[in-house]
Amino acid sequence: MEIFGIPHQAFLGQIMLGLVNGAFYAVLSLGLAIIFGLLRIVNFAHGAFFMVGAFVAFLIGRDLGIGYWPAMILVPLIVGFLGVVFERVALRRIYRLDPLYGLLLTFGMVLVLEGGFRVAMGSSGQRFATPEALRGVWNLGFMILPIYRAFVILVAVVVCAGTWIVIEKTRMGAYLRAATERPELTQAFGINVPVLLTLTYGAGVALAGFAGVLAAPIQQVSPSMGSDLVIIVFAIVVIGGLGSVFGSAITGLGLGVIEGLTKVYYSEASTTVVFLVMALVLLLRPAGLFGREEG
Amino acid sequence: MQNTLRVAVAAASMLALGAGSAAAQVSDDVVRIGVLADMSGIYNDLSGKGAVEAVKMAAEDFGGNVLGKKIDVIFADHLNKPDVGAAKAREWFDTGGVDLINDLANSGVARAVAAVAKEKKRHIIVNGASNMGITNELCSPYAIHYAYDAYSLAHGTGKAVVEQGGKSWFFLTVDFAFGIGLEQQVSDVVRANKGRVVGAARHPLATTDFSSYILQAQASKAEIIGVASTGADAVNAIKAAAEFGATKNQKLAALLLWIEDVHSLGLQTAQGLMLTNAWYWDMNDETRKFAKRFYDRVGKMPNMAQAADYSSTMFYLNAVKAAGTDNADKVSAKMREMTVSDMFTKSGKVRVDGRFMHDMYLWQVKSPAESKAAWDYLKPVATIPAEQAFQPLADSKCDLVKK
Repeated sequence: MEIFGIPHQAFLGQIMLGLVNGAFYAVLSLGLAIIFGLLRIVNFAHGAFFMVGAFVAFLIGRDLGIGYWPAMILVPLIVGFLGVVFERVALRRIYRLDPLYGLLLTFGMVLVLEGGFRVAMGSSGQRFATPEALRGVWNLGFMILPIYRAFVILVAVVVCAGTWIVIEKTRMGAYLRAATERPELTQAFGINVPVLLTLTYGAGVALAGFAGVLAAPIQQVSPSMGSDLVIIVFAIVVIGGLGSVFGSAITGLGLGVIEGLTKVYYSEASTTVVFLVMALVLLLRPAGLFGREEG
Repeated sequence: MQNTLRVAVAAASMLALGAGSAAAQVSDDVVRIGVLADMSGIYNDLSGKGAVEAVKMAAEDFGGNVLGKKIDVIFADHLNKPDVGAAKAREWFDTGGVDLINDLANSGVARAVAAVAKEKKRHIIVNGASNMGITNELCSPYAIHYAYDAYSLAHGTGKAVVEQGGKSWFFLTVDFAFGIGLEQQVSDVVRANKGRVVGAARHPLATTDFSSYILQAQASKAEIIGVASTGADAVNAIKAAAEFGATKNQKLAALLLWIEDVHSLGLQTAQGLMLTNAWYWDMNDETRKFAKRFYDRVGKMPNMAQAADYSSTMFYLNAVKAAGTDNADKVSAKMREMTVSDMFTKSGKVRVDGRFMHDMYLWQVKSPAESKAAWDYLKPVATIPAEQAFQPLADSKCDLVKK
């Protein structure tokens, strides 16, 4: 059986791979959406923190012998802490300025981080072994699926759902949403909004670090691993609706699939298709698929 | 008293004259070599700082001076963008007093700079790129393609794999001048040996996720998956092929693999792969000696392009010395007369189309058990004599070749 001229096995395989990539997009765009939602900062450094997450996992594994599973907890904490420091030292000074300054500052941070790691670690990339328990492949009939990739989808869904629950269903989340909508009023209720902002940035960046750990066994751990990704992830956040957590996660997975299928039918367009979708969505629904028009 | 003055004036004017004539021999009183390399991108480890250091080592070993004038080494990052590379080359040739541009990793950049060199009548030596255009449609008396090229890769690894029985091929090709040129050369070899090419997937430079392309390669049912990319692209492609079980039923042919790629893949994944390299650090005492000096400066072993950066810079400086000038036409003529015998090659010679003729070598990656020390990665399989390794002059499209 063929679907649009390719065997259905290959078609199903590409959808599966699209979901794996989409899982990364989802986790990354989640962090970006939270940060933008609350801080109104276009966090260009997100991809760099993703890269730092992968490198931290690699370095603590190589030099301290800390394995993959502890790294999944430790790395987001470390990267989140770096994010908190960055927010305290630099980012908070520009909240009152034009959003362009946030973009410039975080973009500068990208150059510093990438350049630093390139000098220290080289550009070729480092190996990161797949954890013992997740090695091997499943034969799904239509494709060979490495177990680790299936694990990535599972983890991403759990993380996205968890984040959504925290934001929508808990008291902490209610504070966050309140601070997003009416910061002055929330402050008047005795909630420390600046601390909330710092912690939110830390949490968003920790998600990027977490995605870095997830990606390390799949990609070479290299300084440039985040820079291409971040642009796509931005497009996803825009398509999903800026600041919409749920929208970002769903859009991430969906666009992963669309991109995967484009690689089969017209590979040359695979790097462009996400932006094409973005342009279309912005024309038809300027607030994004899941966003609300601000009035 | 007056006599003394007269003598002094005469001596001074003679000195001035002497200086004047020397200046005529060496333009702007310096022989300046520009290393145009990838200093920050995907090919940084293959060219980058290592290339700059290799050229500097050659300048130092030459004594720092040629014809009594200083040898100056400068470098710039071409960002893997042909327009950036061409603009930098123009600037260097027009106002920077650069006599030779070396390294030129990235085929797109090398092609663009070759066109500038032809127009400006200044020297370039291509070590980091493979595109056949340098010695064909873009050839000039000022361009030398030194280390390797796509033809030699195809007639090394490509031919060896076909002869071992790999008759049907699917290519994973990086989508610019380098990958497409390499795919073309290897396809020619495959067809000439009664094999067939069943398809190709083109991916952008610096792709991290190869899973989709590997799936296409698996669906093609080809015996051989030809990886027509290099550096991080090839490493990620080979890793993905192993991860998705493609290596169980199909064989990989990595068409341009560097010692750094083997290093970052690890022997466990890379073992058994064949590669065509012009040079390897562990060939003999001379190569080991150079490698050790390089290692002490750069912190990793040199690859074939970096060894060639050193060798070709020495060659150029020797030609300037022999010609007694840095005049591009006279140096060009000299370089086409001289032979090279150093740690890179024992009998290298530049052909009229600019191809530097030397033997190439087919290597195989050692298994983890065979490797005895750090960077001990390759074992020799075969020597490919220069005449077989490089495109026959009769097939050249270079207009300097008389037919």
